[in-house]
Amino acid sequence: MSYANWKVAKKRQAHYLLKDIRQHKTCYGFLAPYAIIFITFYVIPVVISIYLSFTYYNVLQPPRFIGLTNYINLILADDIFLTSVKNTFLIAAITGPIGYIMAFLFAWLIHELPRGIRAFAVLVFYAPTISGQVYVMWALIFSGDALGYANAWLTELGLIDAPILWLTNPQYMMGVILLVTLWMSLGTGFLSFVAGLNTIPTDQYEAGYVDGIKNRWQELWYITLPNMKSMLMFGAVMAITQTFNTAEVTMSLCGFPSTDYAAQTVVTHLIDYGSYRFEMGYASAIATVLFLTMFLCNKFIQKALGRLGT
Amino acid sequence: MKKIKAGRQPNRSVGGDIGVGIFLVIFGCFFAFPLVFAINNAFKPLNELFVFPPNLFVKNPTLSNFNDLFLLMNKSGVVTFTRYLFNSFFITFVGTAGHIIIASMAAYVLSKYRFPGGKLFFTMVTVALMFSGYVLAIPNYLIMAKLHWVDSYFSIIIPAFALPMGLFLMKQFMESSIPDVLIEAAKIDGAKEGTIFFRIVMPLVKPATLTLMIFSIQNLWNNVATTYIYSEEKKTLPFALKTVAAGGVARTGVSAATTVFVMIVPLVSFLFAQSNIVETMASSGIKE
Repeated sequence: MSYANWKVAKKRQAHYLLKDIRQHKTCYGFLAPYAIIFITFYVIPVVISIYLSFTYYNVLQPPRFIGLTNYINLILADDIFLTSVKNTFLIAAITGPIGYIMAFLFAWLIHELPRGIRAFAVLVFYAPTISGQVYVMWALIFSGDALGYANAWLTELGLIDAPILWLTNPQYMMGVILLVTLWMSLGTGFLSFVAGLNTIPTDQYEAGYVDGIKNRWQELWYITLPNMKSMLMFGAVMAITQTFNTAEVTMSLCGFPSTDYAAQTVVTHLIDYGSYRFEMGYASAIATVLFLTMFLCNKFIQKALGRLGT
Repeated sequence: MKKIKAGRQPNRSVGGDIGVGIFLVIFGCFFAFPLVFAINNAFKPLNELFVFPPNLFVKNPTLSNFNDLFLLMNKSGVVTFTRYLFNSFFITFVGTAGHIIIASMAAYVLSKYRFPGGKLFFTMVTVALMFSGYVLAIPNYLIMAKLHWVDSYFSIIIPAFALPMGLFLMKQFMESSIPDVLIEAAKIDGAKEGTIFFRIVMPLVKPATLTLMIFSIQNLWNNVATTYIYSEEKKTLPFALKTVAAGGVARTGVSAATTVFVMIVPLVSFLFAQSNIVETMASSGIKE
C-alpha cells in the first residue's frame, strides 16, 4: 500500500470517527457532567501525583524537578517505608485472601438460611463495614490498663498476671490490627456475593443433583463458583482496595505515629509526609508506588480468576 | 422423582446443616460484638463503666451519656450542635441527590450506546474504584485551592457527585435490566432522549437508585472533612462528635454514645433498603 493510499484511508477513518462522534452528540451531553467532575477529581490528580513524584515540592516553593531521587530514597534510604511496606503486605496477604474467602463463605452459608433470618444475618455481618467509627470500640477492648476488657477477662481467667499493652507494644500491635481489619473486611464484595448467589438459576442445581452431585462442596465447586466469576472479580477489586488502603484503623488504635512505627502502613506513611512534613513530592512517590502495586495485583487476580472452573 | 425445591435439599447432610448453623452463630457474635458493646456502653452509668471485672451488658440503663454529649457539644464549641447537624444533613442530601442524577445520566449512555471513548471511560472508572481518599489527597488539595473551593461545601459535595462506585453499579444494573427494545420503541414514538431517561429509564432502576443513595449517604455522612474544611461552622457532625469523644478516659461513656449516634443513620438506611441493594448488587460483576 502506497503512502497516498494510507493517507486516504487514515483520512476516511478520521472522517468516520468524527461522524460517529457527531451522531452521538446527546450521549456526550449526558456523559459530560459526570465526566468533567470525574476527570477533574479522579484523573487529573493521578497525573499531578505522578508528575510531583519526580519533583521536590514543599508547597511554598514551586516544584523542582529531581528525577528519580524520591524513588531511590524511598527504596534505599527510608527504613520506615520498608516497615510500612512489610506491614501493608502482611495485612494485604493475610486479611485480603482470608477476608475475601470469609466474605464468600458467609454469603454462601447465609444463602441457605430461611428468608427472614437471611436478611438479619446479612445485616449482622455487614454492619461493621457501614457503621462508621465502631471500630474504636476495639481500642477499649484492647486498652492497655487492667480495665481494658481483654486484659480484665484474661486476668479473671488466670491466663495473665499483668496487663498486656496491646496497642503500644510493637509485639502485639500488628496482631490486633489484623484482627480488627479482618473484622471489617467483608465490605461491598460480601453484598455482591449475597446478591450473586440469588441469580444462579435453580435448574442448574437440579440438573447437578440428577447428574450425581453428592454434597455441598461439589455443588460449590462445579456449579456455584463458575456462575459467580464476575462477582468474584468485583469482590477481589474491593478486597484489594480495602486492604492496601488500611490506615484509619491503625491510626485510631495504635496512634499516629505508632510506637517505633511498628504499625505504619504505606498510607499512614503517605499521610506522614504529605500532611505533616509537607514533602509533597516524596508523598506523591509513595502514592504512585501504592497505586501501581494495587493495579498490578488486580491484573494478576483477574488472570487467576479467569481460569476458575476450567 | 423427588421434589427438590421445597424443603431440604437432598444432597445436604443434617450434621452439615447443624455445623453450618453453629459456625454462623459463632462468627455472627464476633461481628456483632463491638456493636453490642458500643450500645451497652452508651447506656451504662459511670459506676458500671469502670467496674472490675468489666461487664459487657448494662444493668441500670441511663441516658446520662447522651445528655453529657449534648451538654459538652453546646458548651465547648463556638458552634451549636444544630449547626453541625445541619452541615452533615446538607452535605449528605445535596451530594447524594446530585450523585444520583449525574451518575445515572452517565450510566444510561454508557450502558445503552456505543460511542467513541465510552468504553475507555468506563474502564477508567473501574480502575478508579481502587482509589482511596488519601492517595488523591495532595493533588486534590492543589486543585481545590486553584478553584478557590478550600473551606467551602463544594470541596466535599462536588467530588462526591462522581463517586466511581455509583456509576459502576448503575451502569451494570441498567445494562442487565433495561431492554434495548423498550428504548427503541420509545424513540419510534418520537420521545426525546431526556424524556426517555427521566420517564422510562429512571423509574425502572429504582433498586439501583436506592443503592446509590445508601452508598452515597454512607460516604458523605461518615465524612470527617478535615482536609479541605477548616472553619468550625462548616464542619460535620461526625467530626464534632469525634472531637468531643477524644477527651480521654473520662469520656468513655460519651464516646460510646457518640459511636451509637453516628452509626444509626447508615445502619437504619441499610436496613430499609437491603432488598433493593441486594437486587442491584446482583449485576455488580466485573466481566473480563
